Amino acid sequence: MNPQIITRDLNVWIGKHHILKDVNVSAPRRKITVIMGPSGCGKTTLLKCFNRLIDLTESVKISGKVIVDGEDIFTPGVDVIAIRKKMGLLSQKPYPLPMSIYNNVAYGLRIHGTRDRSTLDDKVKHYLEAVGLWEEVNHRLKEPATALSIGQQQRLCLARGLAVEPEVILCDEPTSALDPVAAKKIEGLLVKLKADYTIILVTHVLRQAKKIADNVNFIYFGEIVEQGPAEGFFAHPRERLTQEYLYGDVGY
Amino acid sequence: MSRGRTQEAVFRVLMLLSLAVVTVSLVGIVAVVLVKGAPALSVEMLTRTPTAGYYMGGGGGILNAIVGSLLLAVSATVLAFFFSIAVATYLQPEFSSSRPANAVRTVLDLLWGIPSIVYGVICFVIMAFVGIGTSLLAGIAALTLLEIPIMTRVMDESMSTVIPELKVSAHVLGSNPAETAVNVVWKQAGPGILSAVLLAFGRGIGDAASILFTAGFTDFIPRSLLDSAAALPTMIFFLSTSPMPEVRGRAYAAAFVLLVLVLVVSVVSRLLTKRLSRYVVK
Repeated sequence: MNPQIITRDLNVWIGKHHILKDVNVSAPRRKITVIMGPSGCGKTTLLKCFNRLIDLTESVKISGKVIVDGEDIFTPGVDVIAIRKKMGLLSQKPYPLPMSIYNNVAYGLRIHGTRDRSTLDDKVKHYLEAVGLWEEVNHRLKEPATALSIGQQQRLCLARGLAVEPEVILCDEPTSALDPVAAKKIEGLLVKLKADYTIILVTHVLRQAKKIADNVNFIYFGEIVEQGPAEGFFAHPRERLTQEYLYGDVGY
Repeated sequence: MSRGRTQEAVFRVLMLLSLAVVTVSLVGIVAVVLVKGAPALSVEMLTRTPTAGYYMGGGGGILNAIVGSLLLAVSATVLAFFFSIAVATYLQPEFSSSRPANAVRTVLDLLWGIPSIVYGVICFVIMAFVGIGTSLLAGIAALTLLEIPIMTRVMDESMSTVIPELKVSAHVLGSNPAETAVNVVWKQAGPGILSAVLLAFGRGIGDAASILFTAGFTDFIPRSLLDSAAALPTMIFFLSTSPMPEVRGRAYAAAFVLLVLVLVVSVVSRLLTKRLSRYVVK
């Protein structure tokens, strides 16, 4: 099967900084593709290219291609809303919307046209169950989302993203603000969700990458240093930089 | 004592002094108004319009000014709200790039600083040009113009503090900029938007200079938009320039009524703010 997302010689400049240099990565369907590397080397920028959130950055210049389902999403006239709808995003810290728990999940459904109350109820329940939150919140759906613990908020953000029925889930270090127990829940969910979704996970946590990655891309100062299936990558890294990173001499 | 401690002590004293200045002025104003106005306060004053001799000590009340003030300030605040929320939303980075937005902000700041009498005069000139006299309509127009810069800037400030990540969360769900503004930015900035409305209302109901030329003054309650209208600040002005101490007492009583109106609006909006803050993400 074709990879869902492919980049071809992707270059990104923000102002004078050359953030991404000739990046070629691919994300196969229904696998977890990890983009790993130290902080500040372009991982998040790369992720932002996939849902064109990069458009919101000022003075940005892009060359190369990002191909999603066979279509270059930087072609003029592409429907950005449709692209974003196709990609869920889980950010470093959960940012629940300023509304109730229920409405956080229902919001995406409403803006895409679902008005019927009982359909909304069903879907909200379904997606809260999908992230294991239903049992914890079903008696207080009207409370503000910020009343939840940070780990619960992150799962709520995942449910909210799933509700618009994306095909891809982009995760930008989704566990970096969470305690180990909450982090483990998110990791477990991602493994479960890859049965239905293409997952791209940006992380600098080695342990996490080892545990759940199917494919790994190691990026260092905007360049892909090494990439390949997880087993081989972790067992026999070819490049010196990768070895140093894996054994703790680079980064952090 | 260490340097840090001395600094701490000095600033503590300075803060307490500032607090004292603010509190004492507020209590002082209310006390003076109440003490001097109490003899003139009566049910008749609140429920009747002035008789011909009211300004010379005759019977009647200031109902014309109370109703006039409410009509003027409430209408102007409602009108200004629609302009301000539109402009403030449009000034946000999703809609405008920063250079023109900042230019508009500077213009609004300048407008905020223009004395209200200037708004009055300008509206007066326009009224003469269009051919309408002093009227409720003209008063509302002048107050609306006076309130727009204040309301817009305060709304803009509170919308600017909405963190970008929150807007991104909505964009990622496929929400377009307008939907994000209405559903996320307005909700998150809700308490700030309400403060903006309150601040502008306070300015509007307390302003005499812009009303003087535009709404005029009358002893009657306006029955149409084209009738002249009295307002509490102008009423206070006319009463307080009287040589008779008894009539000047009525000015203080009118001032007290104005204070109570502003206070009631403040308390109500405080309660509303609490409701609006419920879902705000901190």
